[in-house]
Amino acid sequence: MHVYRHTWPVRLGHWLNLLCLFVLIMSGLQIFNAHPALYWGDRSDRDRPFLSMRAVITESGERRGITTVWGHPFDTTGVLGYSSGMRRGFPSWATLPGPQWLAMGRRWHLFFAWIFVVNGLLFWLYALFSRHFWKDLVPKWNDLRHIGRDLWRHLTFHHPTGEEARHYNVMQKMAYTGIVFGIGPLIVLTGLSMSPAFDAAFPWLPDLFGGRQSARTVHFLACFAFVGFAVVHLVMVATTGLVNNLRSMVTGWFVIEQGGGTDDAQVFQDPNG
Amino acid sequence: MTRRFSKTPTVDRRRFLTRALQATGFLLLAGCDSLSRSDWFPQLLGKTENASEKVQRLLSPRQAMAKEFTPDDLSPVFPANGTSNPESEAYQALAKNGFADWKLEIGGLVHDPASFSLDELRAFPSRTQITRHDCVEGWSAIAKWKGARLSALLERVRPLPSARYVVFHCADPDEDGQPYYESIDFEDAHHPQTILAYEINDTALPIQHGAPIRLRVERQLGYKQAKYLMQIELVESVESIAGGRGGYWEDRGYEWYAGI
Ligand code: HEM
Repeated sequence: MHVYRHTWPVRLGHWLNLLCLFVLIMSGLQIFNAHPALYWGDRSDRDRPFLSMRAVITESGERRGITTVWGHPFDTTGVLGYSSGMRRGFPSWATLPGPQWLAMGRRWHLFFAWIFVVNGLLFWLYALFSRHFWKDLVPKWNDLRHIGRDLWRHLTFHHPTGEEARHYNVMQKMAYTGIVFGIGPLIVLTGLSMSPAFDAAFPWLPDLFGGRQSARTVHFLACFAFVGFAVVHLVMVATTGLVNNLRSMVTGWFVIEQGGGTDDAQVFQDPNG
Repeated sequence: MTRRFSKTPTVDRRRFLTRALQATGFLLLAGCDSLSRSDWFPQLLGKTENASEKVQRLLSPRQAMAKEFTPDDLSPVFPANGTSNPESEAYQALAKNGFADWKLEIGGLVHDPASFSLDELRAFPSRTQITRHDCVEGWSAIAKWKGARLSALLERVRPLPSARYVVFHCADPDEDGQPYYESIDFEDAHHPQTILAYEINDTALPIQHGAPIRLRVERQLGYKQAKYLMQIELVESVESIAGGRGGYWEDRGYEWYAGI
């Protein structure tokens, strides 16, 4: 049975968003490397970072990369702090451009930030006006009631079939609304809070996050919320029928397996399917 | 029996997939890096910087004031970035004498070119402000600055109608002998928080922070806050100066408006 799952604006926006995130994350890490430490508040007192990545020379003359989080040091040689014979926060395979080049990283970042924002706003408008938002994305009371059952099924990789597979389940709904209406706006607002020109016009904006350096920290954490989402998202896409999922996000069409054996899955047969 | 030497098909497939992913990743990154080195792509990326500048100018009135902080907010240490002691003999000679022989020249498109000593600058209407300095690298520090209002100096030298930019020439050349310079437009030059600072945290500006004076143009990133000012020039266009983009870091790919 085939169902038309994703309309073309959703599909286009989805792939554009993938491109934006790929560039924004990696150019963001390039920017981070210019001063690989995070702080809380308005200033960055160098002796009080909440996270820092440094290269140190041990007594034996060896170089190690040390990442310190809340005063706890971790040896992260080869990945964070020191990699490929260089002192740098994130390694060159994680940054855009690869070599240390802040000016170019900022160009990529601020260009794709525009596309990310325009794409996001268009998706918002579309989701609100086409009722995609209320119909498919917002978790309903009925979804929330079954959250325990759905969570268990998720963790044990039992994925819905039949009619249930037509709709996003509660975990998906929470993840998608959380990203689109939570983390998304958060990363944009914290990005803007780091602009001294913007702060002059809207001084309450950085204050909302506890100061410019806090905004920078929240921006960084929100970025890793995106990374975490992407990882879980990819695992789910791969384990619930990679080809079917990819096809549905490219062509729109999604194939639903009929509920094999379980009698609670009511099957609506598509006459064409 | 161990099956150490026999590879199962899933292992093969997994290895193939990992290699394929690695190869794709490598190609993507190499592609991005060669785009970064091309002429046209960074220019395309730069296009949105105009949009960012316009939107910022639209949303943020040019007279908007940067937030001012209290003495409790001061950074315990204000980092000195970039040059911390210009090597040139001329500068070192001025420094040895406590900048008693230093004079700030103001010329270019003005009716009355002039030069001012440190004492004469101190006699101009001044402003004291506690502001946050945001470096393009990502760090921020808060300090108290006192300096002469640039608008008062401009009034004294009387700009010609054709003057559009104020250019600051500094005493610090880099290792290749390229001098540091910066420029701002007239709106920023007349902003009340734009000052030629001769004091930081109630003491005379030390050498590491740009003695005898540095520019403070709040609401913009750290590289605009030029140190070691020697000469101010009013011009119609910055295109004929050094790399033509209006500043030392601007010539190296950073944005002139420096608002984000
Ligand atoms: C409108 C959207 C965005 C704007 C305006 C924006 C702006 C900025 C700015 C100004 C910086 C420099 C901070 C500094 O000086 O250190 C930055 C850094 C960074 N950005 Fe963005 N950004 C946006 C979206 C994103 C997105 C979507 C991601 C990733 C999912 C991201 C990831 C990062 C990272 C990892 C850094 C470096 C770490 C940090 O300084 O927090 N940004 N961004």
